[in-house]
Amino acid sequence: MKAAVVIFPGSNRDVDVIDALTAVSGKEPLLIWHRNTELPKADLIVLPGGFSYGDYLRSGAMAARSPILKEVTVRAQAGVAVLGICNGFQILTEAGLLPGVLMANRDLKFVCRNIHLKVERTDTVFTERYAEGQVIRVPVAHHDGNYFSDSETLTRIEGEGQVAFRYCTPEGHLDDSVNPNGSINGIAGVYNENRNVLGLMPHPEDHIDESQSCADGRPLFESLVESLA
Amino acid sequence: MKARVHITLKSGVLDPQGKAVHNALTSLGFDGVDDVRQGKYLELDLVESDAEQARAAVEAMCTRLLANTVIEDYQIELEDG
Repeated sequence: MKAAVVIFPGSNRDVDVIDALTAVSGKEPLLIWHRNTELPKADLIVLPGGFSYGDYLRSGAMAARSPILKEVTVRAQAGVAVLGICNGFQILTEAGLLPGVLMANRDLKFVCRNIHLKVERTDTVFTERYAEGQVIRVPVAHHDGNYFSDSETLTRIEGEGQVAFRYCTPEGHLDDSVNPNGSINGIAGVYNENRNVLGLMPHPEDHIDESQSCADGRPLFESLVESLA
Repeated sequence: MKARVHITLKSGVLDPQGKAVHNALTSLGFDGVDDVRQGKYLELDLVESDAEQARAAVEAMCTRLLANTVIEDYQIELEDG
């Protein structure tokens, strides 16, 4: 699997995801500066976490209008796998590649801790190495992770199975008390219609090795390596 | 020509910042406030002098960048000079 990581001014989780991709795939990803207009051939495009453009105007708004996003959009529409983590998720919604929007957390606090997620489906290139309904533990670190969409869109994405992950209790129950940011329906990650684009607020790239106390994020990268090799 | 753009959250969209400001106002004794909604304000100096053209251009700016129309509404005011 050949991966490309797009770097924006203000990206700060790029090294985390580069390390995760290198560790799991055995190959270092290509690094693409956001002002590039061309993107080498890649099986996976990653938009990493961070605070691109200092979150000016809205989180992800400026990065979504970066030159490279035109090419990312073309590739996404052609079926190339695209993964947006945290700020990358915000950028994908701002670019219109994923439905909905990420607003400020409902309590206006930056949330930085481990949370539990329920894997909603395992028939995608991102999740096939997980078990149906599996609960995984991964960290979140964000201020604007409150997923929202209008009710029509919400009905559509729920009906089409576009929800990828939901915040849950360690036992896998959906409960507002473990929703770290107020996301509607506890949504932590969503797919596009074709399920080749995934955005999620938590950081699976930070839980890929037991030395990080937990390796629950590793199967996501293993799924990609297996599907896209 | 000058354009003033007000961007506000759509009604029904949770506005925790507006709520916090409302609570602070109440704690200062300003209890005559029913609700507070926080928004953004931008001033654009435009080269265009034709009002109709200017409005169309600013509309396009709002839908493509300045506002996220999933959650935000925008209002455009134009002023000569």
